[in-house]
This record gives sequence, structure tokens and C-alpha cells, in this order.
Amino acid sequence: MAGSAEVIAVKGLRKEYETPRGSVLALDEIEFNVAEGEFVAIVGPSGCGKSTLLKILAGLLPATRGEVKLHSVSITGPRRDIGVVFQSPVLFPWRTVLDNVLLPVDVQKLDRETSRARALELLAVVGLQGFEHRYPWELSGGMQQRVAISRGLIHNPAMLLMDEPFGALDAMTREGLNLELQRIWLERRETVLFITHSIAEAVFLADRVLVMTPRPGRITEHVPVAIPRPRALDVISVPEFGGIVRRIRAHFNARGGVEA
Amino acid sequence: MKGLRNPALRLALLLASLALWEGAVRLLRIPAFILPAPSQVGAALYRGAVSGIYLQHLWITLAETLLGFALGSAVAFVIGTALAASRAVEYFLYPYIVMFQSMPKVALAPLVVVWFGLGLTSKVVSAALIAFFPLLVNTVVGLRSADEDRVDLMRSLAANQMQIFWMLRLPSALPFIMAGLEVAMVFSLVGAIVAEFVGAEAGLGMLIQSRNFSMDVAGEFAVLLILAVMGLALNAVLVSIRRRVLFWDPSQKAESNAASIKGGL
Repeated sequence: MAGSAEVIAVKGLRKEYETPRGSVLALDEIEFNVAEGEFVAIVGPSGCGKSTLLKILAGLLPATRGEVKLHSVSITGPRRDIGVVFQSPVLFPWRTVLDNVLLPVDVQKLDRETSRARALELLAVVGLQGFEHRYPWELSGGMQQRVAISRGLIHNPAMLLMDEPFGALDAMTREGLNLELQRIWLERRETVLFITHSIAEAVFLADRVLVMTPRPGRITEHVPVAIPRPRALDVISVPEFGGIVRRIRAHFNARGGVEA
Repeated sequence: MKGLRNPALRLALLLASLALWEGAVRLLRIPAFILPAPSQVGAALYRGAVSGIYLQHLWITLAETLLGFALGSAVAFVIGTALAASRAVEYFLYPYIVMFQSMPKVALAPLVVVWFGLGLTSKVVSAALIAFFPLLVNTVVGLRSADEDRVDLMRSLAANQMQIFWMLRLPSALPFIMAGLEVAMVFSLVGAIVAEFVGAEAGLGMLIQSRNFSMDVAGEFAVLLILAVMGLALNAVLVSIRRRVLFWDPSQKAESNAASIKGGL
């Protein structure tokens, strides 16, 4: 990552929710950067404010205090240069796979012809060649999430935000998609912020893991993952991997609620 | 159910019940002005068909129903969209809607005939009034049914409200709107017939009433049969449109829940 520019810079971020019983502090003193082409994972238990953080980064929620900058410009609302992949695929059943991938193109009125070629290329990268004219309900859950990843990348975003994208899938499919995501990332070197509650998934995928503890959500440690790529699934048995997982797990042992 | 499908048996059952009806009427000497035998109904049907009288009245009732359906549905869709889009519109309009909805709309038919005369207009207005509510309610509920994650996705792409409406809310509402349209069609026919009862120069409802006055009960049955077929045909058109438009909706495999509401009037 030598000499690369910051894509995301978060400083002193705080988020409070107003409820009838007073305000609830969801996020406090959040600070981190993501560099160009870097794969950063945020790991934390359910309810630690991960999704709130992602919504602020996507411009869907305003921050109470602090600043969030994308390429040195403050994020104040939804932007056209961020791709988001949610926990569920969130596909439109009345659109074909290809048209689902092209949704950002239609919304942002980009050129459909050049984007179409790009969409077919992306679908080929995620292994869905020949499925472009199918409908989402004809595909399995894992395939649907691949469509969502293609859609997240179609408008060439500066950054891809992924909110527990494989959390709803079974363990086997999830491992397969982790491998795929690594392959896609090695091919394209997108800047990715990946949110998960699985420590193993975070360590497997990321260059750097941000550990997030709940109530209020705080980032307690930045853990670099210096394991060489491409990483195979059995990297789990490498002592270095186990060491990093243990180090992250130590933050949650008192609280529990996080997958190994 | 599969093993029970037998068209021949079905037809035989129909013929048997007609024969039973015929036999009962003859054997018990029930007068034709109380309950005509199927053969008499058939004869009345044939006479009217040959003279062209049914076709002439059928076109009128069909036009009233379709125009009323189009008018009522269009207004319901526009108002429903405004209600779903704006809490302010909902706040100010809702009390009137609730009041109007709890009123039996057929009771308005005499007034409508006084206001709009004995011709086509009063029948169209009456049909539209009755067709209005099922679609209004379904449009509001449908437009609000859009999945929140999908709305977030659209917003994250910097979509504006118009884009969210056309690309997401409207397609999400279509299953509800199609179900509402099916009910509205049946209700339109009811509205047209009721207005014809109150006062009309032509139409199948008027024909039923004039035959009732002249105690031509067999002829009345014949018209009822035509109305039933007409209702079925109108519904079949909408069902085939729905199947085409909602090919992506998983609930289409099961029958739409519209069927249960339709029996209401």
C-alpha cells in the first residue's frame, strides 16, 4: 500500500440516536482510513454499530459529529461513486440478472451500451456467464449475492462497501464466496470495506482488520494481516492465522457473541 | 386433487343437475313465473339471441362497466398515489375516505341517476364509485409495501424520489394493484346494473327489470346467465393480463387472494 492515497478518512465520528427515552450513543470516536486498493474488514458482534457505520459511509444516515471523507470530500448524502452490497442480495425480481446489474447505470443515467459490455464482463468474473437473461428467483442464494457484487461494481465506484454480504448463506457457500471475492479483488484491486461478525472471515479476506466493540461502538484495534495472497481455505491451520484470530478474539472474550 | 380431474364426469354432473331441475319443475308443476325449467330458459335464450335483443343490451352494459372501471380505477390510482406519497394528503383526505368507504355505495345510485340522467353517464359514474375503493386501498398498501432494503439500495445510488417511485415502488405495488383491479372490475358490473335498476333506457339490468315486471322469469334467467358469462369473461381478461405482468411474483403460483374479496358484493 506504499504511497497510495486515502480513499476513506473517518475522524472523530460519533452517532447518537434520539429515542423517546433519551439519546442512545451508537458510535463514538471512530477513526480510521482506508487506502486506495486496500481491503479492510471491520469485525464486531451483532449490535456493535457496524451497520450504522456503513449507512453513514453510504450517505444514508447523517453523523452526529465528526467527519467522513471520500477522496477528501465530506460525505453528506448518497453519492454516485460508492457501491454497496447488503446482507441480502436486494435484487429486483422483475429485472433480469443483467438488468439488475445495470440498475446503478439506469439510476445514474450512464451510457447503457458501454455499461452492458462491462456488466457481462463482471458477470463472467463472478462466474455467472450465461445467466444474464435469467431472473433472480431462478438462482441460488449464493448466485444472487454474486449478482449483487457485480451490481456494486458496475458504476466503477471509488469504494465498495460490503455489509455482512455472506452472513445469510450456509457455511459451504460462504467459504466458496470468500475464495471468489479474494480472486475478484486480486484481479481488480478495488478498495473494499467489508463488515462481518466472523473473525475468521475478516482475517481470511482483509489486509487489515478493525476490531469494533459495542455499546457504544468503538474501534479498539487495527490488526494488520500479513499473510501472503492468494490465501487458500486451509490457511486457517497456519499458526500466524490462529495467532491473529486469537488476538482479535481477546477483545470479545469478556463479552462473547462473535464467531471464531 | 390430480386424480380427481375428470371433465366427462363434470359434464355428466352438470347434465344430471339440469335434468333433476327440469324433472322437479315438471313433476311438481311449479309455475314458470316462480321457477322456469332449464328448457324454458334455453328457449328464452335462443329467442333473444336470434332477435339480437341480448347483444344490443349487452354492448350497452359492457360499455358502462368498462368506462366506469376505467374512470374509477384511474381516479383511485391517482388519489392512492397521492395518499401513499404524502402524509399531509393522507391527513386531510383520510377522514372523508373512511366516511365514504363505510357508506354502501349502491345506496348512492338513485342520487346518481337524478344527477346524471337516465343515459350512459349515470351508469358510468355509479360503476366508477363502487370500483373506486378496492383499487384505492390496494394502491396505497401496495405503494407502501416496497422493501426497505431496496429503498436503501436505491437511495445509496443517489436515486431521486421519482426514480424510486417508477423503478421500485410502482413495480412492488403491482401485485396489489392487479388484485385491486380484479375486484374493481366485478364491482363496476355491480354498479352499472344497480344504476340500470334505478332508471335506464337500455342495458341488461334494465332488461332484467322489465322482464320481472312482465313476469317473464325464464327470460330473466337467460339474462342472468349472460351476465354471469360476461363477468367471467371480464375477469379472465384481467387474470391473463396479471399473469403476464406479474410473471416474477411468487404468489402468482398460488391463486391471488383477490378471489376471497370478490364475493363481497
